[in-house]
Amino acid sequence: MAKYLLLKHYRGAPAAVNDVPMDQWTPEEVSAHVQYMRDFAARLEGTGEFVDGQALSPEGTFVRYDGEGRPPVTDGPFAETKDLIAGWMVIDVETYERALELAGELSAAPGAGGKPIHEWLEVRPFMAEPPTVTE
Amino acid sequence: MNESLLRELVPAVIGVLVRRGADFAAAEDAVQDALVEAVRVWPEDPPRDPKGWLVTAAWRKFLDAARADVSRRHREARVEDEPAPGPAAAVDDTLQLYFLCAHPSLTPASAVALTLRAVGGLTTRQIAQAYLVPEATMAQRISRAKRTVSGVRLDRPGDVATVLRVLYLVFNEGYSGDVDLAAEAIRLTRRLAARIDHEEVAGLLALMLLHHARRPARTGPDGRLVPLAEQDRGLWDTRLIAEGVEVLQAALGRDRLGEFQAQAAVAALHADAPTAEETDWVQIVEWYDELVRLTGSPVARLNRAVAVGEADGPRAGLAALAGLDPALPRHTAVTAYLHERDGDLATAARLYAEAARAALSLPERDHLTRQAARLNARLRG
Repeated sequence: MAKYLLLKHYRGAPAAVNDVPMDQWTPEEVSAHVQYMRDFAARLEGTGEFVDGQALSPEGTFVRYDGEGRPPVTDGPFAETKDLIAGWMVIDVETYERALELAGELSAAPGAGGKPIHEWLEVRPFMAEPPTVTE
Repeated sequence: MNESLLRELVPAVIGVLVRRGADFAAAEDAVQDALVEAVRVWPEDPPRDPKGWLVTAAWRKFLDAARADVSRRHREARVEDEPAPGPAAAVDDTLQLYFLCAHPSLTPASAVALTLRAVGGLTTRQIAQAYLVPEATMAQRISRAKRTVSGVRLDRPGDVATVLRVLYLVFNEGYSGDVDLAAEAIRLTRRLAARIDHEEVAGLLALMLLHHARRPARTGPDGRLVPLAEQDRGLWDTRLIAEGVEVLQAALGRDRLGEFQAQAAVAALHADAPTAEETDWVQIVEWYDELVRLTGSPVARLNRAVAVGEADGPRAGLAALAGLDPALPRHTAVTAYLHERDGDLATAARLYAEAARAALSLPERDHLTRQAARLNARLRG
């Protein structure tokens, strides 16, 4: 098994096919979308492949060390050109192909007009433990 | 109460319930429930007959579950409170469980989880922690696995090779949590070897023992990977090595070579060398030739190239890489190493950095990054 991060972007990913901002959807379409995400996570738990799912607020601040005895420096929020993570799901699956398959299904979540959003999700493998037998 | 002793009993107790008429999935659930109760109760009130206690408790759990099930469906109870003794065990219950839990219809991860629970007696929580997934996810993975094998009869032997692949996976992959998976894999393989006379079971056991023996030397105090050539051989566990070599020699004596015996033979030759310089690389190449012949595995050919590089020089090692897919894990790292041995530090540094970017684990990436940094510093100096 290998773990993968399915990363959803507010900004920074290529434009989705059904690219309508969520606040332009009908309330029913929003509910249908939320339900789809819940069902998806529940189904993955049922198949023994779900690890974690979290959503992030769009507000973010960059922070860095600014030297001994000084408070950290903060910066942001940043202009709309910057990549912005919306949330993620972590899955534990048998193959890379399975990870792609699940990302494809997640990307089919319904949006405006009840049609799939076709949004771009980023699939990133986790680092694993090194194997014991290497020679 | 010794938890490992408790876990030893699990497969046999599942076997008793199955012979009394419970299906495997229900029996396994009941024993797991009884196990959880035993962990809670035994420290205060240890039973005189642990196995008898577990059988009784598990049977009670099974009846409770069956009754709940029956009343849900408004059907008559099909089980009696006092079970018939059932047919005596005609086959080794534990051995049958090994086969069932590694059944070819299961995915590797499902087979691993089911084996650790039904044969190893680990709790779902422990298995979930070992593989860094939520307990609910692991519970589902196990119950799906049980559904998959629900139609399989427990009365005939299965394929040893599938069992060995599962045990090898337990040994080789996983995280270091509460449960020591490598030690658990050795325990399960030892028990299998005691039940079945098979040269590859012995070969796998020897392989595990010989690699486990090196574990204290494999990582530095800061958690960094220490390559074989740089390991402090004084830290190797000589008792495990002696046992591994003995098990391996007995297996090889049967003259039915298999991949695990060949891999164990390589490990035994490393274990036998007092220093890295004294390693018998010529013999190691011969064992890799056998391994390549047996498996055709590209990983075996990659490892063979390393051995050829040591036996016949780095140019020969690089030549032995010909035809292998460069995308193979560790291919770039091996190429970097052979170039360094050949004196081409610039190429080696570039390839180490490339290998670091493609590494599949953090300790490997850190190790390869340090190798690149070391060569780059020398090139600047």
